Amino acid sequence: MESSTLVGAERKKRTKSTIVMIVLGALIITAFIISMNTGFTRLSPLEVMRTLFGGGTAKQELILFEFRLPRIVISVLVGAGLALSGCILQGVSRNPLADPGILGINAGAGLVVMLFVSFFPTTTAAPVFLLPILALIGATFAAFLIYVLSYKKGEGLMPTRMLLTGIGVAAGISSAMIVLTLRLSPEKYQFVATWMAGSIWGSNWKFVTALLPFLIVLVPLVVYKARVLNVLNLGDQTASGLGAPVERERLILLAAAVGLAGSCVSVSGGIGFVGLIGPHLARRLVGPKHQFLLPASALVGSLLVLVADTLGRVILQPSEIPAGILVAIIGAPYFLYLMSKTK
Amino acid sequence: MSSKVSSASQPTESPTAKIHTRPWAATLILTGGILLLALGMALSISFGAADIKLGVVWEAIFNFNPELTPHQIIWEIRLPRILGGAMVGACFAVAGAIMQGMTRNPLADSGLLGLNAGAGFALAVCFAFFPGMSYMYIIMYSFLGAGLGVLLVYGFGAASKSGLTPLRLVLAGAAVSAMLAALSEGIALYFKIGQDLAFWTAGGVAGTKWSQLEVMFPWVLAALIAGLLISRSITLLSLGEDIAVGLGQRTGLIKLIGLIVVLILAGTAVSVVGAVGFVGLIIPHLTRKLVGVDYRWIIPCSAVMGSLLLVFADLAARMINPPYETPIGALVALIGVPFFLYLARKERRAL
Repeated sequence: MESSTLVGAERKKRTKSTIVMIVLGALIITAFIISMNTGFTRLSPLEVMRTLFGGGTAKQELILFEFRLPRIVISVLVGAGLALSGCILQGVSRNPLADPGILGINAGAGLVVMLFVSFFPTTTAAPVFLLPILALIGATFAAFLIYVLSYKKGEGLMPTRMLLTGIGVAAGISSAMIVLTLRLSPEKYQFVATWMAGSIWGSNWKFVTALLPFLIVLVPLVVYKARVLNVLNLGDQTASGLGAPVERERLILLAAAVGLAGSCVSVSGGIGFVGLIGPHLARRLVGPKHQFLLPASALVGSLLVLVADTLGRVILQPSEIPAGILVAIIGAPYFLYLMSKTK
Repeated sequence: MSSKVSSASQPTESPTAKIHTRPWAATLILTGGILLLALGMALSISFGAADIKLGVVWEAIFNFNPELTPHQIIWEIRLPRILGGAMVGACFAVAGAIMQGMTRNPLADSGLLGLNAGAGFALAVCFAFFPGMSYMYIIMYSFLGAGLGVLLVYGFGAASKSGLTPLRLVLAGAAVSAMLAALSEGIALYFKIGQDLAFWTAGGVAGTKWSQLEVMFPWVLAALIAGLLISRSITLLSLGEDIAVGLGQRTGLIKLIGLIVVLILAGTAVSVVGAVGFVGLIIPHLTRKLVGVDYRWIIPCSAVMGSLLLVFADLAARMINPPYETPIGALVALIGVPFFLYLARKERRAL
């Protein structure tokens, strides 16, 4: 009797989650279409349609296929990747305020990319595929530093200490970046500043192909580990009691989170707060079970970055506001609100 | 009046008596520190793109001759820069000391709590919307910006259910700083003033002018004196709000004065060197280690040590990679970050 109601509740939850995800998907598609229409050159929905099916003028084709579509696709991918990364970090650290930006992982990736950008010209083809790897190296370095510095014998990895350490490491890395920016020529400075502010700058199919492999490998791995995250969420003791190899699983998941954040940051720059807000909104919508939470977070993240990037192109035409700035302006107050509500 | 105070403090002497101080250490720091500061300033004046002998420095200061180029370099470029550095160091350090004392939070610092980012945001607004604004107004906007930052941080921190823990304050500070920095960046990118602003805020004290010093000096002096005047009350506050109230302190008033002092100090300092963090974190800690927990000693000693740190950091910033200058904020962060991490590790209370 009781078990049947439990199963019923479970089924209800599943139906609700499915509906939420369908709605989110529909919203993303809507934003996708609106984003294709908007920009410096307006294209009407009809023109977009015609161009998509091969009937547009050469100029329309150029705008749509070479400028807008790759950028939109990248926004969607980056949003999903960062939100997933945040979702994992929150699950692993059992701290709802964890996020790759706050923890300094984005800064680590940014530093290495910036080092590279300031010494080499970037518009050429070769380094594009190098960038995600470089960003990964930086992100791993930062994550490793935070892990080592906040690990204490006997106490393990205390979530609060991890956050404080992350803030410290991020401050250190940003000051290193300031040193670098002053050496740059004005044009490069403008580029780097825009990049750091979190602009979807890699609006080029090459960046899509550079980013995609990471997501193709990491996303299924993360979804596969959803159950492990659920168990880890119960706390270390319960988790080990249930037979989970806590430390090993945690490392694997952390590595996946770092990989996602690093590769995404390499094309989008420092978009903070997506990893924080995405999972939170998702948790409100579908609850704490990672089987639903992970995909929902990814969808919310995609929607968020896509909308921010589209808005950023519209608000102050002809110049652009980087998506990261818009996300921070919306995200920081939300973070503060969350903080005041959590115990 | 004074007899009343002493008689009133007789029965409640115990908490104050327990305060652990080392007046001789403090005196040593004050005298030795000022001597060292003088030496550092002299070195700093003589060192630079044009090397000038210490004798000439002496001449230029006490027997200025506008016909001589070295004298002019010293008087017009180096002297204001060095005085600016010393003042800024004192400002950040005293602001940090007062904040740590009032909040009893070992991680309090104007950089971590959003004041610096707020003042930086105000600077961006001034640069973008009122180009060529006089320094007098810029400094006022900096105070306002710092006030905005601290208001947001404390507002959100205090709105939380379980009160203002150190962790919560640092988190709120990080988020508010991120938001204000994003707004400043947005403004900078849109108006293409990014590099100007970066040079202003990260370039250290290089561009300090006499006119700036003239404007900031009365503010800084007034704020430092006010800080000294409330130092005894801050000591009591640092023992805990209950004790302070029990001893007849008007804690609300003291906190308000303290906050205004901190805003003036941080706002002025940021308007000169930009958002240099960690000075206000490191210096008061070191000072407390050296002189004990009486803020009547901590505040003046912090001022001297903060000046020392910035004067020598500025000297180092010019020596590391001439003719380029390494941003002073980055240099200080280089020392400050490990220190912060150490404190964060040590912090064992339920944050």
